[in-house]
Amino acid sequence: MNNILNVSPSPHQQSIETTRRLMFGVVIALAPALAASVYFFGLGAIIVTLTSVLSCVAVEYLIQKFILKKEPSISDGSAVVTGLLLAFNVPSNLPVYIIVIGAVISIGVAKMTFGGLGSNPFNPALVGRVFLLVSFPVKMTSWPVPTGFKTGYLDAVTGATPLGIMSEGIKNGETVSALMEKIPSHMQLFYGYMGGSMGEIAAAALIIGGIYLIWKKIITWHIPVSILVTVALFTGILWLADPTKFADPLFHLLTGGIMLGAIFMATDYVTSPMTHKGMIIYGVGIGVITVLIRTWGAYPEGVSFAILIMNAFVPLLNMYIKPKRFGKEVKHG
Amino acid sequence: MFKTFPKGGIHPPENKLTADKPIVVLPVPPQVTVPVSQHIGAPAVPVVEKGTEVKAGQIIAEAKGFVSANIHSPVSGKVNKIDTFVDTTGYKQTAVLIDVQGDEWVETVDRSTTLVKEITMTREQIIERCKECGLVGLGGATFPTHIKMTVPSGKKCDLVIINGVECEPYLTSDHRLMLERGAEVLTGAAIIMKALGVERVIVGIEANKPDAIKHLTDLAAGFQGITIQPLKVKYPQGGEKQLIKACTGREVPSGGLPLDVGVVVQNVGTAYAVYEAVQKNKPLVERVVTVTGKKVKEPGNFQVRIGTPVTSLIEAAGGMPDDTGKVVNGGPMMGKALAMTDVPVTKGTSGIILFPSEESRRAVVQPCIRCGKCSSACAMGLEPWLISVLSEKAMFEKAEEEKITDCMECGACAYTCPAKRPLLDYIRLGKSTVIRMARERITK
Amino acid sequence: MSSTVLFTIAMLGILGFLAAVILYFVAQKFRVVEDPRIDLVNEALPGANCGGCGYTGCRAFAETLVKSTSFDGLNCPVGGADTMGKVALILDRQPVAVEPRVAVLRCNGTPANAARTSYYDGAVSCRVAHSLYGGTTGCHYGCLGCGDCVDACKFDAMYMDPVTELPVIIDDKCVACGACVKACPRNIIELRKRNKKDRKIYVSCVNKDKGGPARKACKVACIGCGKCVKVCPYEAITMENNLAFIDSYKCKLCRKCVAECPTGAILEIGFPVREERPAQPAEAATN
Repeated sequence: MNNILNVSPSPHQQSIETTRRLMFGVVIALAPALAASVYFFGLGAIIVTLTSVLSCVAVEYLIQKFILKKEPSISDGSAVVTGLLLAFNVPSNLPVYIIVIGAVISIGVAKMTFGGLGSNPFNPALVGRVFLLVSFPVKMTSWPVPTGFKTGYLDAVTGATPLGIMSEGIKNGETVSALMEKIPSHMQLFYGYMGGSMGEIAAAALIIGGIYLIWKKIITWHIPVSILVTVALFTGILWLADPTKFADPLFHLLTGGIMLGAIFMATDYVTSPMTHKGMIIYGVGIGVITVLIRTWGAYPEGVSFAILIMNAFVPLLNMYIKPKRFGKEVKHG
Repeated sequence: MFKTFPKGGIHPPENKLTADKPIVVLPVPPQVTVPVSQHIGAPAVPVVEKGTEVKAGQIIAEAKGFVSANIHSPVSGKVNKIDTFVDTTGYKQTAVLIDVQGDEWVETVDRSTTLVKEITMTREQIIERCKECGLVGLGGATFPTHIKMTVPSGKKCDLVIINGVECEPYLTSDHRLMLERGAEVLTGAAIIMKALGVERVIVGIEANKPDAIKHLTDLAAGFQGITIQPLKVKYPQGGEKQLIKACTGREVPSGGLPLDVGVVVQNVGTAYAVYEAVQKNKPLVERVVTVTGKKVKEPGNFQVRIGTPVTSLIEAAGGMPDDTGKVVNGGPMMGKALAMTDVPVTKGTSGIILFPSEESRRAVVQPCIRCGKCSSACAMGLEPWLISVLSEKAMFEKAEEEKITDCMECGACAYTCPAKRPLLDYIRLGKSTVIRMARERITK
Repeated sequence: MSSTVLFTIAMLGILGFLAAVILYFVAQKFRVVEDPRIDLVNEALPGANCGGCGYTGCRAFAETLVKSTSFDGLNCPVGGADTMGKVALILDRQPVAVEPRVAVLRCNGTPANAARTSYYDGAVSCRVAHSLYGGTTGCHYGCLGCGDCVDACKFDAMYMDPVTELPVIIDDKCVACGACVKACPRNIIELRKRNKKDRKIYVSCVNKDKGGPARKACKVACIGCGKCVKVCPYEAITMENNLAFIDSYKCKLCRKCVAECPTGAILEIGFPVREERPAQPAEAATN
């Protein structure tokens, strides 16, 4: 009877859900897409992924240990997720040193300078990706052609992405139907047979991951669905208006980083709104900006920019979009 | 058809280990400590002195002020002393210490177990009797029952809801009461109905108690106006506002009371106490307490006298397991952790839970990852992450704007937080500060 | 080429001139007339905005000082006599001598003195712990050890001692702003007169329980025996609710009460070691 009891305010139970479990749930959800990219890009995908994950974790560890001088928190798994997402957002033939630079920017600049996990306003992996895109524009846009395990790493044969072909072709006055001949069929796009960043190609695998995330209640449907529906609607209207100048909605949904962005990048807890209403506004915003960049912008792809732009609005959305309070509007009578 | 409230809520593991353990009446302990404040409101004033001989059921402290309740001696014996003791709140307060001699009751109390179904008293008499008998809400809030039964002028009440939800994990005292004394509980409900002058009673019971739902549904056929409403399992359905929403769809306005939507909610334990007070003239000196825990040898539901030390309850359940790290008075979600176990059972003690040491410590606090799970879990539509930070940073005006006073401290946010942040600790602090500030504004 | 340069320079010049004219008129129109002495006084104040004077910040205090007619009750505890002397010079008034003070922790409930009876596992905040229960020892008046006072101190004058589990006040850095006094939910910290060489004699306990329970909860509790009250030749000690209190303004530091206290609740700090009596416990001497 003499043992000292613990005393704390209620509740005296906590759910088994932890930050680490959530992060590793995301890692599991990314596994199908990783498998797909290894299947299509072979060795390069493995090297890029390993380099990215290891360097992100290492950068976080070193900064916390030697600059911030506090207990490193790499075991929460957030650096692993950032590393994976960074890898998914670059071509599979990217040299190691560029990936390391990307990791330093992602973790060092976009995450740790703001105070580490939970405090960064922008998605770290996307900041790293966009930094690399503007710093190494050629290396970042030489997309290996998916040829299975013989694709190789640095020596991979490169080609354009379907979006690149489409954007370039339309600028040169070619019609969409003519361009469609040059790119793989929708079914092939769905499975991921196309050039692109190593993780974004396989829509099917990404959708499986997304269903897993929603099933495990790691994310809610609001952000991915609102982005995809907005893109489909917006491009659908354009396509109906002039099918010779604008590609069909399905093409837009299956190509580029839209699936990866909608399911994994935009749903990052830290940089997305906290209310369901806010999430839908955020998703619609990302969808609209993505289509604007894709159809009229200088880059053929705009998901990363769209997400980063909407990240900037998240604090505002959190401030003004409130959940419906219990008993607010209802009056008796 | 199972109903529930629409927004928020969580599903903690139920751990109802004692659901099939019948209520055991415990012997009277050699000494009881009866605190004079076992309810919300002003403490009662002792009317006995050191050396006074008391009988069980005799009044030993009188209600003082409007919101207060009488305290009766739960045992017969001699007052040892009136002094300050540490009670379940962890602070010292005045209590009456009684040495037990025999078990002699005040003559007017009917201690037989025969069911008296016919209600002969008038409304006023019922309310007066509840006041005399020191009845308080036994769900945990311990609000004096007679005040709840008095509808203020300008308000209308058309429905009574009897709360048989018992959404807190582990606890089963209400469940057993419904099973074993269902007829008494329903008679109590009928009495409350009469006192409030309403025609309809809904008894809300969660789906994890199918036996209680069936038993009471069968019994309810013999009562006028009582319906049993099965509810989906979801915490915090036992909260008044959530229960009303689930049963009727009515939404109590922010800052309002159930009466604002014409409803009065009473716990099944209270209904039983009302039955005993009105039909048997028995004051509130006993209650059913669940003593449980994963490593407790013989967990069970015990009927004990108020003032019995928690230690003797634990003994009755097979003693305290060696590696007990935390003892909680009440449910695991809203109960209070005890710093020591030689504190008395009070009117509000619904359960004693012994947590093994590996479950007794909170996990390490990590930074908020803004997942928004707390907002999704909040049944009041609040943003716990926000009001918690505002309270921590002492920005109480802002916290008030964010409706911190709507929080009912159910703990769903802190339960669900993956970063294990002590959200409710700070919210509770902020809430009490905001309420104090608001009161100061009024008095100014 | 040169015409472009010239045009640019001319354009910018005109724009700049226009902006200057607009700014001038706006500044004239919206000028706030303010006593220039407020700025001077504000500058003389330390600028810590600690609120120790009772006003929201140094600026607010400066305004009050300028408006006031005398310095009664107005004092900057941080700057002390120096600062108030400067302010007096600016405002051409007589400074009022205010004795400097220092914060003192009136609890000695170390784990060795007050046995821990429970472990607090909630949010690390004294206010939260205080609203929850009596605390981790049998004493419901003493220090909770979560360090709200340390967080409140803007002058780095406090730290938590991991061994004693009590906050420590660094006399040299303490400016007696009172932030810690306000932060403490149990009112353990007191501002006392600062004596020469930072010598202190005070009752290091705030337990209002009767002797028995107080002693049981903590070895060095004030048990309210009243011996110190009797022995004090200056009537500096009062007894209320089983708790002795030494008025630092009446105390002449004679140390008679220290020898008399049966529990060692009265601490003497900063004095040379006495010859007739063995030295106080080490923790008291180093505080």
